[in-house]
Amino acid sequence: MLTAQGFSKALEYWRLFLQGVACTVSLSALTVLIGFVLALILATCRMGRSRILKAIATVYVELFRATPMVVQIFIIFYVVFDGVKVLPGFKLFGFIRFERFFPAVVALSLNSGAYLSEIIRSGIQSIDGGQTEAARSLGLSAWQNMRFVVLPQAIKNILPAIANEFVTIIKESAICYTIGVQDIMSAVNAVKGATYRMGEALVIATALYFCLTYPTSKIIAYFERKMSVGDRR
Amino acid sequence: MTDDKLIQVRDLKKYYNKGAIKALDGVTVDINRGDVMVIIGPSGSGKSTLLRSLNLLEQPTSGQIIFEGVDITKKKDDSGKKLDIDRHRQKMGMVFQHFNLFPHMTTLENMTLAPIQVKKIPEEEARAKAMELLERVGLADRADAYPIQLSGGQKQRVAIVRALAMEPDVMLFDEPTSALDPEMVGEVLDVMKKLAHEGMTMAVVTHEMGFAREVGNRVLFMADGKLLEEGTPDQIFNHPQNPRLQDFLSKVL
Repeated sequence: MLTAQGFSKALEYWRLFLQGVACTVSLSALTVLIGFVLALILATCRMGRSRILKAIATVYVELFRATPMVVQIFIIFYVVFDGVKVLPGFKLFGFIRFERFFPAVVALSLNSGAYLSEIIRSGIQSIDGGQTEAARSLGLSAWQNMRFVVLPQAIKNILPAIANEFVTIIKESAICYTIGVQDIMSAVNAVKGATYRMGEALVIATALYFCLTYPTSKIIAYFERKMSVGDRR
Repeated sequence: MTDDKLIQVRDLKKYYNKGAIKALDGVTVDINRGDVMVIIGPSGSGKSTLLRSLNLLEQPTSGQIIFEGVDITKKKDDSGKKLDIDRHRQKMGMVFQHFNLFPHMTTLENMTLAPIQVKKIPEEEARAKAMELLERVGLADRADAYPIQLSGGQKQRVAIVRALAMEPDVMLFDEPTSALDPEMVGEVLDVMKKLAHEGMTMAVVTHEMGFAREVGNRVLFMADGKLLEEGTPDQIFNHPQNPRLQDFLSKVL
């Protein structure tokens, strides 16, 4: 049962929720950034000429897409970084524990890089080959063709999928509380421990996650509209 | 006379599946400055492959393409310098069956992209030049339209002037009217005729026999990846020698 008293009790820990939001946001933002760069590299490898790079990228992408996120994050945290023993234990912004935050960023980035690379690859391959032929026949280099002709069209096509992936990252990052990252979910856990009540804290967490994801998808929808000028008669 | 030879094609071969399919099976032909060379033949005869090989959109299996004195099929020249294919492609305009306009750019942006980015011409100058070309094909009022807002015939005319904006030495046309509604074929052929009369060197793959007869000064007949007969329009259409050509003409005329 949710009660007004329960809410006011849970809100006494507003500082934890605020820190949780800061943590979730920086975790997601870093993941998006690193994941996107990784995705570009992976997509380039998979479409490139080198068979070895193609094979490595393909195995990587398939592996990360076919295994659960929680397994990946545990392997990164407990095996690769050997728990908290490898990384220095200091605090970012005075409250984010780096030795737990960093493995979380690594795991999320590796995971979303795999998904984003497939989105980018399909976007580039969806562009008609005639576009590249026209560009190259005009004397544009392969890079100029990518930059002025293929990518602007590809990004427009895949923007909804990328937006979806960004929103997914914000939501999936909630799993990081399992390795002790102090995100929004970890605030819920802390409130539960202190007050023996979870419902109100979960409602607050729900509202906070919604406030993060909904505007994100709206902002991207705005850019999508702006970029679709060539589609209207 | 060698000065007049713009493109020399020597024993050009293009094989697929390790030679199982011979799209081009040893084609040798010269394109001289001022030529309007029309290539005809049944579908699958290799005429588009030949045209697309000229600017290396198709990488030939063997043979030579010498464009303005340079063998562009060689990755490096005799002094070991790497071939800059982009530089040669600037000099060869190409028009495609499906127009291939860039849908995210206006007519004017389509036309100025390569001059600005490749030739490094100032934007103002490129735009003025593009407007001048649009004026010539009667599309000045469509400068700010996106490709989707244009009719098929308008798209192809824009595609032609987009290629012309790079001031090429030769224009390659790959079935430029095949994707058009019948009533729009005329407006595109008119632009091509005008271009031919202005002295542009042209290589045209087409099924428009009227155009070949009227505008072409040389007609090539291809079948099975081979050049079977070559001559003036009068020779090809009125006195065909090869039985394959006679058979082909009886079907299309």
